[in-house]
This record gives sequence, structure tokens and C-alpha cells, in this order.
Amino acid sequence: MSHAATGSGTALLQVEGLRMHFFTKAGVVKAVDDVSFRVERGRVLGLVGESGSGKSMTGYSILGLVDAPGRIVAGSIRLNGTDITKLDEAAWRKLRGERIAMIFQDPMMTLNPVLRIDTQMMEAVRAHHDVSRDSAREACREALARVGIASPEERLRNYPHQFSGGMRQRVAIAIALLNRPDLIIADEPTTALDVTIQGQILFEMQKLCRETGAGLIWITHDLSVISGLADEVCVMYAGRIVESGTVDEILDRPLHPYTRGLLDSVPSRNVPGRPLAQIRGMTPSLASLDEGCSFRERCVRALDECRISPETRTPSAGRTLRCRNPMT
Amino acid sequence: MSAATAPLLELRGVSKRFVRGLDLAARIARALGAKASEAVVHAVDHVDLAVREGEVVGLVGESGCGKSTLGRMVSRVIAPSEGERLWKGRPYREFDAETARAERLAVQMIFQDPYASLNPRMRIVDIVGEAPVVHGIVTRRACEAYVADLLERVGMDATLMRRFPHQFSGGQRSRIGIARALAVKPRFLVCDEAVAALDVSIQAQVLNLFIRLREELGLTYLFISHDLGVIRHVADRVVVMYLGRIVESGATADLYAHPNHPYTVALIAEVPRVDARHRTYVPVKGEIPSPLAPPTGCHFHPRCPNAFERCRVESPALREIAPGRMSACHLNDRPSP
Ligand SMILES: Nc1ncnc2c1ncn2[C@@H]1O[C@H](COP(=O)(O)OP(=O)(O)OP(=O)(O)O)[C@@H](O)[C@H]1O
Ligand SMILES: Nc1ncnc2c1ncn2[C@@H]1O[C@H](COP(=O)(O)OP(=O)(O)OP(=O)(O)O)[C@@H](O)[C@H]1O
Ligand code: SF4
Ligand SMILES: [Mg+2]
Ligand SMILES: [Mg+2]
Repeated sequence: MSHAATGSGTALLQVEGLRMHFFTKAGVVKAVDDVSFRVERGRVLGLVGESGSGKSMTGYSILGLVDAPGRIVAGSIRLNGTDITKLDEAAWRKLRGERIAMIFQDPMMTLNPVLRIDTQMMEAVRAHHDVSRDSAREACREALARVGIASPEERLRNYPHQFSGGMRQRVAIAIALLNRPDLIIADEPTTALDVTIQGQILFEMQKLCRETGAGLIWITHDLSVISGLADEVCVMYAGRIVESGTVDEILDRPLHPYTRGLLDSVPSRNVPGRPLAQIRGMTPSLASLDEGCSFRERCVRALDECRISPETRTPSAGRTLRCRNPMT
Repeated sequence: MSAATAPLLELRGVSKRFVRGLDLAARIARALGAKASEAVVHAVDHVDLAVREGEVVGLVGESGCGKSTLGRMVSRVIAPSEGERLWKGRPYREFDAETARAERLAVQMIFQDPYASLNPRMRIVDIVGEAPVVHGIVTRRACEAYVADLLERVGMDATLMRRFPHQFSGGQRSRIGIARALAVKPRFLVCDEAVAALDVSIQAQVLNLFIRLREELGLTYLFISHDLGVIRHVADRVVVMYLGRIVESGATADLYAHPNHPYTVALIAEVPRVDARHRTYVPVKGEIPSPLAPPTGCHFHPRCPNAFERCRVESPALREIAPGRMSACHLNDRPSP
């Protein structure tokens, strides 16, 4: 059953009941456990949640980059209506270069440390487009300038280690945008960027969505970026989406106690110098989750019945929730 | 000399230049008479910085302005191209072997890039526990319990300590880096975007830990962060960098309330907020400066709304404009209107 809002027509991306588990010697790690959501063309879905809750692995699953001992064990991922989990590796690789791009949390997943940036970027352009060296180089220069890198011609001759941390992130973003993909999965792409450069990147992203109708999944812990950029938000906890809805609903009227706790921890909502509000207790190990709500040990609103896993409900149109005793 | 009143750590006129030699094509071009010169990045340009014991100094500035390079010089991961570094009022280069050994672990750095700094072939228990065992801070037998305690303090499940780095999420790896730095009981911690990869609740837990360690042990911090909300929360004093130079510094609350330098003014005006929805983002105004070819005069002048003639030709000195407040802007020489 679809949990997410049922829009009309085929969504750009529709994920249904996705489960991605790691089969380790120490047990099964349920990194992604029954996750469903959809992304419409030209829209931005914000994916937030606790560190280790399965956000990156959700992205990896959509890209077909899950490595052993990890495996997609259930669910479907439809891109324009076609289930891509059924594709073979060659077809998936083609999809990755042309239609889906991921900006990895670790820019060195994209960048090769022993190759100059120009070599890497030119290759990315020319693998999918039949263009001359000169126009490919021009495209690379422009891409670097768009992400706020000064002296792009000089910088093209640099190796990754000669960039600052934030510059490496931006080069990885530039590469992801080179081929104007239909769907971009951006995994914490601006974690270390100052507000001005971040604004520049968000401007480019927004432009891409509006002009080409690209859909965007923006994985982040930065609620101010989510607030400014996202249309819809999914909140993940321990491998599951515990709450989803429009950005206004989630940030203004959070129903799940975890979402509430997150919002209360934002530094600017706390008194400087005093301890910050934090959610009590510790993240549960994904290898030993029992029945029941995985947040209940830390939850201020937990009831006895939370020992039985809460089903996903639809408290109002376009909104989903997994909680037995939501905020009021 | 009174070591008691000297800052715990001090930088005097410290610079770092990265020189990239010419590649083959450029060398040939030059041999044929073309103009080609080596590319020099002035990552850090004549910086003075003093940090008192127990102080938390926040370091902010645009991506690529030299914050990590400065942090790496403070923690002696790299050497400056020029200038002097002092610990408790004494230049490091004058340390005898014994002092050097005693102070070796005193300054630790939490690296911006946790992936690159964790050995992929080592288990977490060894990554965190190796240095404290080698340096006799904990016995080999007690090591596991010691590591477990550290991991729990940064919000990690200690039963995972036999795993390798690639088996963790981004935020988990970054916390492993934090635990490793804390494991050797440093006096001074350089935190380079240490909480950037953490969701706000775990970020709160780690920041609360930092604040507690400071209260209990008098730990001193150089805290690099792009997040002005975090800086405001933890720092006593803020240092603002622009293209390799310090442009302003002052007490946190005062600096946020009354920024002096036009760059600081712009920075603070843009603090993102959770309640601004569906924003339409705008591109950076003015050209982003290049450390390969820094603008003349005040580095900020091409983007400064208040720039005047003098700013293009003369570099403004960083000087005290009020007690405890430094700024490098020619406007401070003009009579206020
Ligand atoms: N190779 C692996 N073997 C076992 N468990 C793994 C492996 N890789 C990841 N995990 C676990 O899977 C869970 C989900 O990881 P994921 O990277 O998706 O988290 P995340 O939500 O992106 O977190 P962060 O915000 O910290 O990046 C984590 O708890 C992690 O420890
Ligand atoms: N090893 C190196 N070789 C050449 N140039 C370098 C090297 N390390 C840093 N640089 C250059 O020095 C400048 C400052 O880099 P640094 O990493 O200190 O910036 P930063 O302020 O930490 O930026 P960010 O916020 O993006 O991490 C950059 O222009 C960068 O390209
Ligand atoms: S289901 Fe229960 S324990 Fe879980 S979040 Fe809701 S109230 Fe809390
Ligand atoms: Mg992640
Ligand atoms: Mg840096």
C-alpha cells in the first residue's frame, strides 16, 4: 500500500516498501526498513533524521550501489513508472550517468584522488555527450564557476587534495550537475559551507528544478536548509520513516515526538552558553531492534502499547505518521 | 617571563603558502616564451592569534578562506611558511626533547574530513584506543572499557567497536574522530567542522560534552564552523577570516550584535533560520575572490558595499577599534557621519 500522498499521474520517483538489510556476522542490520515516499518533477523532498538512521543507504539503494553484505530484500523503486530494482548492472550504470545523479556525503566517493579535476570532469561530460574537447572544457569551467569556485581555469588543473573541504564538496556538486539529470540525490551536500556559498549552491539547485523539472532528494540534518528549500519532508528514525508531510506541517506542527525533539535541539532556539536541549538516551542498535516503536526507550510520551509496532497512519491528507501517542 | 599570564597558544605573523609547480605543458609554453608562472595560493596570510587557557575561540569565514589550514598549523599537522607558534609563551622550536614529549599530545585536531582521517583497515577499538595505550594513558587491559566509555559519550553504541570505518554512517564516523581526539586527554582541541555531519540532537549531545569538558577540565578550543548558530552557542570570542586574513575579532555576543567589518555584517545578516520557508535563493553578489590572485588593497573591496578609493590600493591593518574588538577596515579611519 502507498503510504505517501497519492498525487495524480506517475511520479518521477516512487519508492514502495523498500527494505535494505546488511547481513553481518553479528546479525541483520535493518538499515532501511519499509520505506515509502514519492518525488514529483520539479519538487524537493527533504530527508532528515538521526545519524545512522538509513538516509544514505536509502539513496544508495535508489542508485543501485548497495554492496555485499547489504542487499535490497523487498520493495520497488519506480522511476517514471519503471521498477529499476529489476534492471541489470549495465542498465543501472547508464541510468546513473544520465538520469540519476548522487552527490555523496563523502566527496571522495565522487573524486579520484590521483587524477586532476579536469581529467575527471571532462570524462564525466564526454562519456555521455559527443562534444569536442574545447566545449567540454568550457562546460567544466562554467560548472565550477556556478558552484562559486574562483579562477576555474587554474583550479581545473588541481588535484582533489589541493582544495579545501568545502571546495571538494562543491566540485562533487558541479560534477553531479554536469549532465542535467532528472533526479538528484544530494546527501548532506552543503554540510561545511558558509551561508553565502551555500546560498549560491541552493540557487543553482532551485534553478535546475524549476527549469528542467528535475526532482531533488535533499538529505540533511540542517533544518534551516530544509525549511528554505524543501516542499515535502520525510523524517527517518532507525531505518523507518516515522513522519512525513509538507515542510510547513512538519516544522510547525510536528506530530512525532522524535521530530519535536529535533526541532528543540536547534542551537538558535536555545540560550547561548547553556546546555542544549538533547533527546535523552541513545540510538538503538539497528542489529537488535525488537518489536515495537524503536524510539520508545527515549520517548517522553511512550505508553505501554508502544511495545507493539505502530503502523503507518494518515492523520490528514498528504501526511503520514508512525506513532501511538503523537504530540498534540 | 610569566608563563601564567601568557596565552596557552599563540600564533605570531603566521602565513602558509601552497606553491603549485608548472606542469609539463606550462613549462614548454614558458620555454617558448609564453607567460606562465607558478600558481601560489596564499592560504593564510600573516595571522596573529592568541588563545587563553579555557577559552573557546570560534573561527568563521567563507569556504576556502584558510580556516582548516590555520587549524592544521595550530595543531602542528603542517608547518607555517613563515611566522612563529608559541605554547604557554614559549616558541615550539625552543622546546627541549623532554618538554616536546610531554606536550606532544596536548593539542589535538578533529579533522573536517573524517573519512580520510580514519584508517580503513583498523577496527574502531584500535583507532580510538591505540594512542592512549601507547602513551600510557590507559593499560591495554583497561583499553576496551575506556573506548566504550568514550564512544558512549559521543552517542555511539559501544558494542559496535569491532567494526571497521566503512561500516558506519557519515555522522558515526565523524563521532569516531571526536572520540579519538578526546582519548589522549588533550589540553587544546581544534574542532574543524566537528559537528557539521551530525543531526541536531546528536550535535547537541556532543556540544554539551564539549561545554562540560571545558568546565570540568578547563579544556581550550579553536572551534571552526560554518554554522553561526553553533558558534554563537559555544564560543566566547569569534575570529572572522576572509581570504587568508583575519578581518575582525571580538566577544561573541557583542560581535553578533554590532558587527563592524562589512564582511561580518554581511555574514551575520544571512544567518539562516528554520522559520523562513520556500525561500528563493539568490546567487552570490559580486565576484568570489581567488586566493590564487587576491584582489589588491582590502581583499573584500570587490564585494564591499561601502568600498571607496583607498580600499582598492591599501590593505587595511587589523587594529583595536574598541576594547577587545579588532577590525581591519578603512571605514574606521573615517569620521562617522
Ligand atoms: N557495511 C555495513 N555493515 C553493517 N552496517 C552498516 C554498513 N554500512 C552502514 N551500516 C549501518 O547502516 C545504518 C544506516 O547507515 P546510513 O549511512 O544510511 O545512515 P545515515 O542516516 O546516512 O546517517 P548519517 O547522518 O550519520 O550519515 C547505520 O546505522 C550504519 O551503522
Ligand atoms: N595541500 C594543499 N595544496 C594546495 N593548496 C591547498 C592545500 N590545502 C589547502 N589549499 C588551498 O588553501 C586555501 C585554503 O584552504 P582551507 O582548507 O584552509 O580552507 P577552509 O577555510 O578550511 O575552507 P572550507 O570551509 O571549504 O573547508 C584553498 O584555496 C585551498 O585550495
Ligand atoms: S510510538 Fe510511542 S514511543 Fe514511539 S514515538 Fe510514538 S509515543 Fe513515542
Ligand atoms: Mg549519511
Ligand atoms: Mg576547511
